[in-house]
Amino acid sequence: MPKLTIDGREVEVEQGTTLIEAARRLDIHIPHYCYHRGLSIAGNCRMCLVEVEGAPKMMIACHTQAADGMVVHTDNDKCREFRASILEFILVNHPLDCPVCDQAGECKLQDYYMEHGAAGSRLDEDKVKKRAKAKQIGPNIMLDTERCILCSRCVRFTDEITHTHELGITERADHSEITLADGAWLDNRYAGCVVDICPVGALTDRDFRFKCRVWYLTAVDSICTGCGRGCNIAIHVNRDRPHKAGGARVMRYKPRENPEVNQWWMCDEGRYTYKQIDHDRLTEATVEGRTATVEEALDATGAALRKAGDAVGVLVATTATNEELYLARALFAGALGGHAAYLAPPQGEADDLLILADKAPNTRGAQEILGEQAADPVAWVKEKGVKAVVVVGEAELTGLKAEVDHVAVIATHPGKATEQAHVVLPGSVHAEAEGSFTNLAGRVQRIRVAVPPIGGAVETWRLLMELGDRLGHPFDFAFEDDIFAALADQLAPFAGLSHESLGRRGAPLGSGTTQPAEVA
Amino acid sequence: MENVARKPGTVTPAGAPKRGPLSFWERIYVVEAARGVWITTVHFCRNMWRHTLHLVGLAKDKQAAVTVQYPEELRYVPPRSRTRHRIVRREDGSPRCVGCMMCETICPARCIYIVAEEDPDPNIEKRPKRFDIDLGMCVFCGFCVEACPEDAIRMDTQMVDLAAYSRNGMILTLDQLLAGEPAAPREATNALGERVHG
Repeated sequence: MPKLTIDGREVEVEQGTTLIEAARRLDIHIPHYCYHRGLSIAGNCRMCLVEVEGAPKMMIACHTQAADGMVVHTDNDKCREFRASILEFILVNHPLDCPVCDQAGECKLQDYYMEHGAAGSRLDEDKVKKRAKAKQIGPNIMLDTERCILCSRCVRFTDEITHTHELGITERADHSEITLADGAWLDNRYAGCVVDICPVGALTDRDFRFKCRVWYLTAVDSICTGCGRGCNIAIHVNRDRPHKAGGARVMRYKPRENPEVNQWWMCDEGRYTYKQIDHDRLTEATVEGRTATVEEALDATGAALRKAGDAVGVLVATTATNEELYLARALFAGALGGHAAYLAPPQGEADDLLILADKAPNTRGAQEILGEQAADPVAWVKEKGVKAVVVVGEAELTGLKAEVDHVAVIATHPGKATEQAHVVLPGSVHAEAEGSFTNLAGRVQRIRVAVPPIGGAVETWRLLMELGDRLGHPFDFAFEDDIFAALADQLAPFAGLSHESLGRRGAPLGSGTTQPAEVA
Repeated sequence: MENVARKPGTVTPAGAPKRGPLSFWERIYVVEAARGVWITTVHFCRNMWRHTLHLVGLAKDKQAAVTVQYPEELRYVPPRSRTRHRIVRREDGSPRCVGCMMCETICPARCIYIVAEEDPDPNIEKRPKRFDIDLGMCVFCGFCVEACPEDAIRMDTQMVDLAAYSRNGMILTLDQLLAGEPAAPREATNALGERVHG
């Protein structure tokens, strides 16, 4: 294994490791544009030039392999001078577009310019104008070739990750530009990722276009709820400026790196599910179709459940968190002696990269915690002799009202479930509560509160606890992680896990007892 | 208060007469109160007389009151004063603003509300759909003018008389901001609208 010195510090790395990765081990950041860990190495931006003692010229850190005894300097005067020169060269034809560019604020050109360039332009000639500015190249993607620095990340993404080959670079020299292949349209299922990997503002998201500025956003770690993959995401929330985007709180999802789940990517289908968080939400409780306070609705359901004795049941959709599933199980199947089952997750298309057919985020968690699936809710209710039922989440429940005395639905959006309910309670979506999901591969991952429950909605776990209070079985959990602790205490696969030990990247089921807790 | 006796050796700040113990006449109060009423009456009668003379065009060199009789009289506003905002137009009349939200970001009073939209001209790309300034919250710091990369917002309308009958009335919309024009510094005028030195 080669042992080398970077900026005076020794590090030993595996054969074949590049200098940029070896430096990363030492927390040394080498500026770069074209290099991306998820893509092949292009080595065309030249931003990562470092000095290797004994080498006749500067070497690119992204493509030079570490060798034994190498002495590398990443931040001496020579490196800084080269970086400033490369940056000046890259910026020669870059327009002064920052005021209208959505990338401003998260742009690597801006960041490195402030860090390494910060010099006035010496260019006396006119900038080379490309053919088109602000051109739509896909349903969700805008291309501005003037802003492009030709790092080719997007081209490599469509070649290597999606294998759809929509993009290429045409023309010569300073007329080179990113172009769509003949007849192509950037509409593959992962097209949004080219926006994430574009280090400048050449590729921007049409959905996010001009909605707000990125520095108004707060990023909160979460999990995509689009399918059973459980892609790690950051929810970008606009908390302080409600006049933007018609009052929407969540502005976008961005994928978050997790080598065990989604690497660096996420699909467009999941990326745009954020719109549900603020759109057409249930914000107040109803009893028999009339608006009521949440307390009145809980009282009504509590009374009906008491009346039904142990002929009670709970049906939980697979969008519920592990914590909510556990509360449903502990209250209905445990304390009340009734029944608990999960609803069949919606199914859809799958592919061989990330998208799974199971379109719910926590089917595996429901399998582990409740075990029993109610494929047909009406048949399940009849079979179990349930007289009062609580439904958590969205489901097709036609005919349920005729079979039982009382249906209460804890839902987030009006739909088929709420039409069949005596009592509707407004619950929380994943962005509004702490908790965890178990993806289909069995990885338990945390979701965090990005925004408070909308309008008069209440966290779903809190509603279930309130029901417990009214049924004479109070839970004494103060926070969501207490619920998870009780869950880990009682169910073997979750044993040893806690919200803290799940960290930012989660941990597989069963890992809490077999190995030390993973710290991300 | 100049005749108040000072104890020898006490240190007082410059210009702040130290209050000694009240004399007998001061303690019985009535005399001092009458003296106060007398001073007020003298000023009232003198000013009233001078105002009356001014109305018929006499004794203009004698000031009637030390205060400015706003709004009949107006004070001089220096040319570089930060006054009500306006949005500058391009030659074709469209707003020069591109909706970059720099002013909204820098604004310490958070009184600027911008919503941007697509401009039909791809070389402009972005324009404000909504640009509101809540003058009820504005602190007239001028940071928005400093931050603007397009020189689209200026505070040179010389309008300082800003009032409305409701809080919402204090909100300026894009159209109102575009209607603003740069103005010459406001001269001081007297109650008859004649220019005076002030």
